[in-house]
Amino acid sequence: MTLDAVIVIAASMTAIGFTYWFFLMKKEEDMVVAGDSIDITVDGGYHPSVISITKGKTTKIHITRKDPSPCLEEVVLADFKIRQYLPLHKTVTIELTPQHVGEFQFSCGMHMFHGKVRVM
Amino acid sequence: MTTVKKTYSVKGMHCASCVRVIEKSLTRTPGISDAVVNLATEKATVTYDSAVCNDEQVSAAVTRVGYSIVTPKDALSEDQEKAEKVLELKRLRNKVVISLLFGALILWGSFPGLIQTAPEWLKLFWVQLLLATPVQFWAGWDYYRATIPALKNRTANMDTLVALGTTVAYAYSAFVTFFPEVVMDIGLDAMPYFDVATIVIGLILLGRYFEAKAKGQTSEAIKKLIGLQAKTARVIRDGREIDVPIEEVRIGDVIRVRPGEKIPVDGIVTEGESSVDESMITGESIPVDKHAKDTVVGATMNKTGTFTYTASKIGQDTMLAQIIKLVQEAQGSKAPIQRIADTISSYFVPVVIMLAIATFAIWYVFGPNPVLLFALLNMVAVLIIACPCAMGLATPTAIMVGTGLGAEKGILIKDAESLEIAHKVNVIIFDKTGTLTNGKPEVTDIIPITSMSRKELLAVSSSIEKGSEHSLAEAIVKKAEDEQVSIKPITQFKAIAGHGVEGLLGTKHIYFGNRRLMKQKSIAIDLQHNKQIEQLEHDGKTVMMLGINTTLVGLIAVADTIKDSAKDAIAVLKKKNIEVVMITGDNQRTARAIAAKLGIDRVLAEVLPNQKEAEVKKIQAQGKVVAMVGDGINDAPALAAADVGIAMGSGTDVAIEAADITLINKNLLSVSSAIELSKKTMRTIKLNLFWAFGYNILLIPIAMGALYPFFQVLLSPIFASVAMATSSISVVSNSLLLKRVKI
Repeated sequence: MTLDAVIVIAASMTAIGFTYWFFLMKKEEDMVVAGDSIDITVDGGYHPSVISITKGKTTKIHITRKDPSPCLEEVVLADFKIRQYLPLHKTVTIELTPQHVGEFQFSCGMHMFHGKVRVM
Repeated sequence: MTTVKKTYSVKGMHCASCVRVIEKSLTRTPGISDAVVNLATEKATVTYDSAVCNDEQVSAAVTRVGYSIVTPKDALSEDQEKAEKVLELKRLRNKVVISLLFGALILWGSFPGLIQTAPEWLKLFWVQLLLATPVQFWAGWDYYRATIPALKNRTANMDTLVALGTTVAYAYSAFVTFFPEVVMDIGLDAMPYFDVATIVIGLILLGRYFEAKAKGQTSEAIKKLIGLQAKTARVIRDGREIDVPIEEVRIGDVIRVRPGEKIPVDGIVTEGESSVDESMITGESIPVDKHAKDTVVGATMNKTGTFTYTASKIGQDTMLAQIIKLVQEAQGSKAPIQRIADTISSYFVPVVIMLAIATFAIWYVFGPNPVLLFALLNMVAVLIIACPCAMGLATPTAIMVGTGLGAEKGILIKDAESLEIAHKVNVIIFDKTGTLTNGKPEVTDIIPITSMSRKELLAVSSSIEKGSEHSLAEAIVKKAEDEQVSIKPITQFKAIAGHGVEGLLGTKHIYFGNRRLMKQKSIAIDLQHNKQIEQLEHDGKTVMMLGINTTLVGLIAVADTIKDSAKDAIAVLKKKNIEVVMITGDNQRTARAIAAKLGIDRVLAEVLPNQKEAEVKKIQAQGKVVAMVGDGINDAPALAAADVGIAMGSGTDVAIEAADITLINKNLLSVSSAIELSKKTMRTIKLNLFWAFGYNILLIPIAMGALYPFFQVLLSPIFASVAMATSSISVVSNSLLLKRVKI
């Protein structure tokens, strides 16, 4: 095996390892506690992506999409039966009044970007 | 100056002073000439100059004093969404045209076979670089714009793959253009691949353009429903007829509707009569006659007569608004079948990136010469061909079309899960009264047993039944009214669920109910009358017995009429190999007689209202998937316990909590249609998922070069982009085909 082949194999294995670590071993973001309302920015994901809201209380979630990717043009909170179109650079408000404690996922329409709503 | 008059919903008001505070704050805002706040309707009607003021300023003025404006989300977001999407499509179209035009020029100047016909200037690498650069960084900017923040967030999506793939092709080509001698030194042809980068971008954008167009059609049902809403209403105020915007109609307003006009909001007819086309709401094509006291539904069309009616439901409470909300919620929910696609989508892009790196390494180490070119092109092909979008679109697009189609036919599905389960149903339990029958029983026989006269028997029975809420009681009271029988005063009235009623008439104990009640009160039924009762029951009649103290004094038989659609509906379900069961509180004989008329073989009779839920669970325990069809009011626990609870809509209330599916057209054939809709939607979802998974499972290895050792076949990145673009479009188009199915 030539030297360049060995280098390519080594570099590729490192790159595969890096890809795995970079995308799949990501630590969960810190949770942000929402008061009466919370702002979420959509730009390459949700910021913040883990929010906490209170059971039985209405919380307004103001979502602003800054990312033009059509993947992110909808936000889906399936447990709350909400699929909401997010116009670019405009704020859309979703009101949640959760009746159950627990952790509920939200995601983009294609389920590639994720976030969590923790109901306390 | 453009004066705009708009009505906003205000949240947080609780007293008259709130009204003044808000009005003051609004009228002090520049541009607002008038503001009228109504506490009862929680609405603010604001007149303003649109050149000076807008929605946000109105909202700010209200928020400043501690209240909030609720933006009419549905209408606004639909309009906004439409405008945004039109703009987005226009932008995409321009990018597609430029990319494909420049891409075609580059291809002409570089593709073997075509190159000979191309003008010399097109063959210059520098010219190709000049053509490719705007495509890469202007048309393809969205891919970078999405990739950079995604990478910052340590996530990736389809844009990441396209950005990576085309950047590799573009960067290599730019290198060849700037340093051709370096490339030749390592034994490669100095050949750029600008055509790959530009055409891939153009084709994927073209795919995105068609996908966006098709996706828009999946939510057409909601748009159609919103479009049904009337804009104005002709309200009679102070004896004058005035046209007011629909938002200003208040509960109790008297509204006049003329022939050919849309009925603005829900209400009850007070005067006049007409025929109303309700097909847009119920899916039922035959117009319905309306007389005084009948309910009318907003957004339906008045056909022949003129009538006035009182508004009973407005805004978000109207039947149309409830339907829209229900359909939107169903479209926002997730079908269990989607879970697997969701899990795969979460890992898909990183795995494809790893596979692309592995492809590069494998081709570089084991591939034929020129290894670098093979390795690069195959890596690009893998990045480009992978299509996570098809997996993401497979289920939701079908659910959107399926629930929308249901709504058009008067079948409202609560969530995607109900739609998924409905196709597995193998037993359907029908509640009898009000579901299979019209729920309006009539007295057929009045049989005195003792010396009591027929009139006297009816008088006592109707007196005690006056306090009962049972549907049979209504029939007896109505009969007494028709025959003008006087009602006697009853004291200590008590209803015994599943048995009947009891009370005191003077000093006499009165018992009126079924056999169970007579047995409980030790009232004997002799052989002769027992036979008479059995005969009436054989005819499908429900027999009520009147006992005074300890003596049976008379019988009253009541019969309900069977709904026109019932027999056909049951025949259709049986044809689908679904077992049909009838559940009723009636005694065995009456129940069997009615079941026989309907063609139902299995009957659960003498079931008390609170036992219906247990009966549903018993059948479920046999491993059956059970649907329960009822009116959603007194059988709510049974509806909730069933795998699929189907409620026959009543009046203008469609949001029946316990039901998974609500049939607003009251046609029993819709039960079969709902199951058919579920079957067709699930078939579409499965086909979509099969296609989306199959596509990736099959084509990613081909792009990696799996066929090369056997057939020397490789996939060009340009073909990869064609396949990728077609894959998403085909999934969305397949979902749209659902619109054409007959249910």
